[in-house]
Amino acid sequence: MSVLVDEETRVVVQGITGGEGKFHTEQMLDYGTNVVAGAVPGKGGQNVAGVPVYDTVGEAAREENANAAVVFVPPAFAADACFEALDAPVDLVVAITEGIPTQDMSRVYRKLQETDTHLVGPNCPGVITPGVAKLGILPGNIFSSGNVGLVSRSGTLTYQVVDNLTERGLGQTTAIGIGGDPIIGTDFVDTLELFEADPDTHAIVMCGEIGGEDEEEAARYIGQNMDTPVVGFIAGRTAPPGKRMGHAGAIVSGSGTGTAQSKIDALENAGTPVGDTPEEVADHIADIV
Amino acid sequence: MKLHEYQAKRVFADAGVPTPDAELAETVDAAVDAAERIGYPVAIKAQVQVGGRGKAGGIELVDDAEEAREAADAILGMDLKGYLVDRVLVEEAVDFTNELYVGVTMDRGEGKPVAMVSTRGGVDIEAVATEDPDAIAREHVDPAFGMHPYQARKAVYDAGVDRTVANDVAGVLTTLYDLWAAKDGSDAEINPLMITADDEVIAADAVMNIDGDALFRQPDLAEMQEEAAEDGLEAKANDYGFDYVSLDGSVGIIGNGAGLVMTTLDIVDYYGGQPANFLDIGGGAKAERVTNALDMVFSDENVDAVVFNIFGGITRGDEVARGINEALEAFDEIPKRVVVRLAGTNAEEGMEILNTDLVTVERTLEDAVQRAVEYAEEDSA
Repeated sequence: MSVLVDEETRVVVQGITGGEGKFHTEQMLDYGTNVVAGAVPGKGGQNVAGVPVYDTVGEAAREENANAAVVFVPPAFAADACFEALDAPVDLVVAITEGIPTQDMSRVYRKLQETDTHLVGPNCPGVITPGVAKLGILPGNIFSSGNVGLVSRSGTLTYQVVDNLTERGLGQTTAIGIGGDPIIGTDFVDTLELFEADPDTHAIVMCGEIGGEDEEEAARYIGQNMDTPVVGFIAGRTAPPGKRMGHAGAIVSGSGTGTAQSKIDALENAGTPVGDTPEEVADHIADIV
Repeated sequence: MKLHEYQAKRVFADAGVPTPDAELAETVDAAVDAAERIGYPVAIKAQVQVGGRGKAGGIELVDDAEEAREAADAILGMDLKGYLVDRVLVEEAVDFTNELYVGVTMDRGEGKPVAMVSTRGGVDIEAVATEDPDAIAREHVDPAFGMHPYQARKAVYDAGVDRTVANDVAGVLTTLYDLWAAKDGSDAEINPLMITADDEVIAADAVMNIDGDALFRQPDLAEMQEEAAEDGLEAKANDYGFDYVSLDGSVGIIGNGAGLVMTTLDIVDYYGGQPANFLDIGGGAKAERVTNALDMVFSDENVDAVVFNIFGGITRGDEVARGINEALEAFDEIPKRVVVRLAGTNAEEGMEILNTDLVTVERTLEDAVQRAVEYAEEDSA
C-alpha cells in the first residue's frame, strides 16, 4: 500500500513540451510511472518521448483516462494550469513550478476547497511511491520500498533524510514533498491523515522548517488523532527574524512567530521526538520499526 | 519587495487615500525649502526600510527653518540600523485627536486575505497583536470575490471606531484592499491612520510590500525597486541569482536547496561553529555558478572556512566536482580552506574527480561540517 500514488496512477504532464517538462517526463517514464499524456495549449497532436500531447487537460484525461496531473508550467501561467487540472478533473495535481504569485495561489486554494482533488505543492519536488511511480523531479534511485512515510517542505532535505534512512535499510511507503511556499494545497495534517490510514506505513518522518504555523497544527493533530509514531525534524534553528531563507514561506516574522523552537516544542509536547540532525531522525525511526 | 514610505504614500494618494502634504528631499537645503513651502510644524522622516525609525532618531518634528536645517543635517547621511539615509520625506505635521490602524495581509494558515482594523494605532501593531489580540478586528476575504463593502464596515464597527468617522475609515480600508489586490501586495498598512479634530482621516504613514514573485506583472512597482538599500553582498547575490542571507559567523556555507542549506547552518551551530551565511546555489550547479558562489563567500571577510554541501538529485555530483576544481584552480592561492561533501546522483564519480590538493573531501554531512568548524577555529584571523 501507499498514499496518493500507486499502480493505478495515470499521469498527464502539463507543460510537457518545455525543457523541464520533457526531461522529467523521460525520467518519470524511466522510473516506471504511467505517463499517459501531455497537455500544452496549441501543441495537441504532437508527441513527446512517445507520449501523445493534447491541447487541454480535459481532453487528455478523457482520451487517456488520466487521473493525475503534474504541472511544469512557468509561474505566470501555473495558476491557470492548476485551475485547468482541477476542472478536468483529476484526483491528484502535483505542482512543481516555483515562483507562483501568492495571490494566484490563494485563488487556486479557494477553488481546491470545492473539489475532492489533492493538490501537492507548488514549489515542491513531487510525490514518489518507491518501486511503483514518481510524479515530479525526485531522484528515484535514492528511494527504496518499505514502511516509513515521509513528508517534507523541502526537496534536497528530503533526499538527505531518505539517504540516512536507506543507509539503515529503512525503506519508504510514499514520500511527499509538500513545498516551501506560503500557500500550499496539501499541508502536514492532510498527509499525516493519509499515512495514518495506510496500514503499511509503520512510522512517519515529518520534515518542517521555519515560517507559518503548519508544524504546530500538525503537532496538535498528532497528539489528538494519531497512533502511527511520527519523528520530526525542523530546519532553520539558526535563521534570523525577518529574513527569507530561500523558500518564500521560510521566514520568521518580526513578532517571533514561525520560529524553529516553537515548532520543536509543539512536536515534543505531542510526544513526537525531534532529531537535531537528519542522522538522529533515522536513529529514532530505527528504534521504532 | 518593500516600497519606501514616500513611494507607498504616492501609490495610496493616487488611489484617493488622503495623505499629508509632503515632499522628498535629498539635500539639507532642499529639505529646508520644502519645509518653508509646506509650513511649520513639519516632520522630517528618514526614508529607509526599517521599523522603529522614530525611536532610532530617524524622525524629527521641527517648528522653524533653523530646526529643520539641524534635523535634516543630522538625519541625512546617518546610519539607521545598518542603512544609510540618503533621502528624507518632509511632511506636514498633522494635528490629530485619534490614531487608528488599518491593514491587509495574506493569512497563510487560512490561505486567504485578511483585512484588519484597530483603534490602537500609532504603536507597534505586532506588539498589540501579541498582548491583546482582541484589540484588532479581523475580516477574512474570499479572494474570488474581493472585499465586499459591508465587510469593511463590519471590521470598522467591530474594532469600535468612532461612528462619526466609521464610513470614511471603511472607505480607506476598501481602497487599501483593492490596492493590495491590484498591486500584488503581500502587506499593505496605514499606521497610524490619523483622525483630526475636524473628523478628517489622513494616512500619516504607509507600508506597501509587494510579492516579489509577481513583479513581472507590476512593471511600475518593479521600477521603484531600489537595490541601494541592500547589503553589498546581498546585492551581489541578487546579480548572481542566488538566494543569499548574510549572517555574523565565520563558517561560509554553500549548498543546494533551501531546506538542506538551512539544515547545514543548523548543524554548523550544533557542532559549535557560527554560520557566516545562507547560500542556496540552486539546481544544476555548473562551473560558473560554483565560481560565483565561492566568490560570494570568499568576499565575506568574516569567513574563515567554507563547507560545500551538495545533495544531487537532478544536480549531478561529477558536474559539481568539475565546477569546484575549475573554480579553485583559477586561484594562485585559495583564500580559505574548503570542505566538500557530495551525495546523491553521481556522488562517487564526483568524489573521484575532486582535486584533494585544493579541497578536503568528507563523505557525510556531519563529518564535513565538523571539519569546516575545525578549520574555521584554526584559521580564525
